[in-house]
Amino acid sequence: MTHVLDPDAPAAANPPRREPPAPYRDVTRSDAAFRAFLHGLPGVDQVGAESRVAVLGTRSIKTTAKAWAIDTAISMVDLTTLEGADTPGKVRSLAAKARRPDPGDPTTPPVAAVCVYGDLAGIAKEALAGTGISVAAVATAFPSGRASRAVKLADVRDAVANGADEIDMVIDRGAFLAGRYLDVYDEIVAVKDACGDAHLKVILETGELVTLDNVRRASWLAMLAGGDFIKTSTGKISPAATLPVCLVMLEAVRDFRAATGRQVGVKPAGGIRTTKDAIKHLVLVNEVAGPDWLSPDWFRFGASSLLNDLLLQRQKLRTGHYSGPDHVSVD
Amino acid sequence: MSDRLAVRKTYKLYLNGAFPRSESGRTYEVTDARGGFLANAARASRKDARDAVVAARGAFEKWSGATAYNRGQVLYRVAEVLEGRHAQFCEEVAAGEGLSSSRARAAVDAAIDRWVWYAGWTDKLGAVLGGANPVAGPYFDFSLPEPTGVVAVLAPQRSSLLGLVSVLAPVLAGGNTAVVVTSRDRPLPAVTLGEVLATSDVPGGVVNLLTGDAGEIGPWLAEHDDVDAIDLTGAPADRAMELERLAAGSIKRVVRPPAEEPDWSADPGLSRLTPFLETKTVWHPMGL
Repeated sequence: MTHVLDPDAPAAANPPRREPPAPYRDVTRSDAAFRAFLHGLPGVDQVGAESRVAVLGTRSIKTTAKAWAIDTAISMVDLTTLEGADTPGKVRSLAAKARRPDPGDPTTPPVAAVCVYGDLAGIAKEALAGTGISVAAVATAFPSGRASRAVKLADVRDAVANGADEIDMVIDRGAFLAGRYLDVYDEIVAVKDACGDAHLKVILETGELVTLDNVRRASWLAMLAGGDFIKTSTGKISPAATLPVCLVMLEAVRDFRAATGRQVGVKPAGGIRTTKDAIKHLVLVNEVAGPDWLSPDWFRFGASSLLNDLLLQRQKLRTGHYSGPDHVSVD
Repeated sequence: MSDRLAVRKTYKLYLNGAFPRSESGRTYEVTDARGGFLANAARASRKDARDAVVAARGAFEKWSGATAYNRGQVLYRVAEVLEGRHAQFCEEVAAGEGLSSSRARAAVDAAIDRWVWYAGWTDKLGAVLGGANPVAGPYFDFSLPEPTGVVAVLAPQRSSLLGLVSVLAPVLAGGNTAVVVTSRDRPLPAVTLGEVLATSDVPGGVVNLLTGDAGEIGPWLAEHDDVDAIDLTGAPADRAMELERLAAGSIKRVVRPPAEEPDWSADPGLSRLTPFLETKTVWHPMGL
């Protein structure tokens, strides 16, 4: 492999591979061992997963519980804009919306983070200074991840240097689907190192992983490699976040903490547009992973239009009558 | 006496171009003028009204953006399909309103004629209600009527087809989209109108028909921030004032209910078109 970007870099001088946490220290000792471990994870019962989320989706969340759920969901939103047409002005207006989602009601909580492309992280950082709202930047040749590792790491360092507090990386789905799990693992480890203090969210792009078994394997792989969050999708591929996928990932973080003691967050992204969808996800979090995950530190929604629907529902609860799209800001 | 089992019908709502059940799952019995069973109808809830407003708002851009000529063509096509269902409408109007078959036929004829009449108005509104204004300055100044937006219509309670057409067609002709709460006790012609609309060229969401109680759903529509106007014609007499007050919160256009349900066969003139039109005036600088 040649790296035109930095010819003087030690040409992938194979540093000793970082071990995963106990009790899984030895699963990455070889390609074969890692494959055996990932394929040895219990298979996912797809029909069972779908029927479980269908049942949980019928939970009726009303009045005070609904008000709590809406405010919690707002505080979990990673307000996202990932368009080729993003301008500094758009990022600034998004930041303003992140600080004060509903200017007409100061009791509305701020969102968790603003998610932008790495080159705009500096603008977001400046606009959010002193608010406690994080800046998340997508990196590693988002959304396809099709670039050499040197380019991906440069992308990450660039975003961190611009002030990103959180890095959303994409895994190399091509390598994952080809069965080169250790390559994917090493890449996540390298990105984690490049992040420094920034939190690392690992995007699995579940819409391209085909099966729920693969989702479970990719989740474990990302957690073993040191990801702080596992995230469903880039939002550029359909299907994006679905409830069964989220269920499998929540089971994975629950089992991972039980085994290693390390807690990992989950972030569904893409396709969650309504308050009803968001509340279904919160029910799922509570029932599958547990209430420990019901906080913006451990669960996030990657979304843009979801926030407006949450605000409309919040206005409905407050005023008692239905609100309309003229009463929330256009992103 | 026939050997066939009666096919007892349970009708659904017409919402966003589809026929869903009420979100609440409720239905009620519709009887004829003498109290005999006719069919079951869905009893719409506030959430159906909410969904209908979302649908109507979604359909507004396309419907209001269509050329007036095209809207006229689409509405005329509806009249053609209405004509094809003539016999069914006659039966439903006769049963629901307790009319003789000849009077029911006259009511259905009048309803279809009314629809055609409004279809013809779409491309004439601009000329009749707008025009160039003489102004004291170097400007070409002209006014034109534009649709108000999403209109909630509480349809007349007694005249189940002619009355319904008389309040709905003018809303559509102006380029608005509509959420209609039908007559509670006589909803069947409205249900059939929904089937007509679904099989003609009217885009889904332009008309949404909710069968049920205007007293129950009306307040939610009157208060809804995303409804631009409300026609209270079919509101319960003792609630009209309250509905008007609720509508004031979002500065809606309001058409007050008449003291008594009018004779719908009279020539309506422009009285039902203009309340749902806004006048836009443009000042265009004139050079040499």
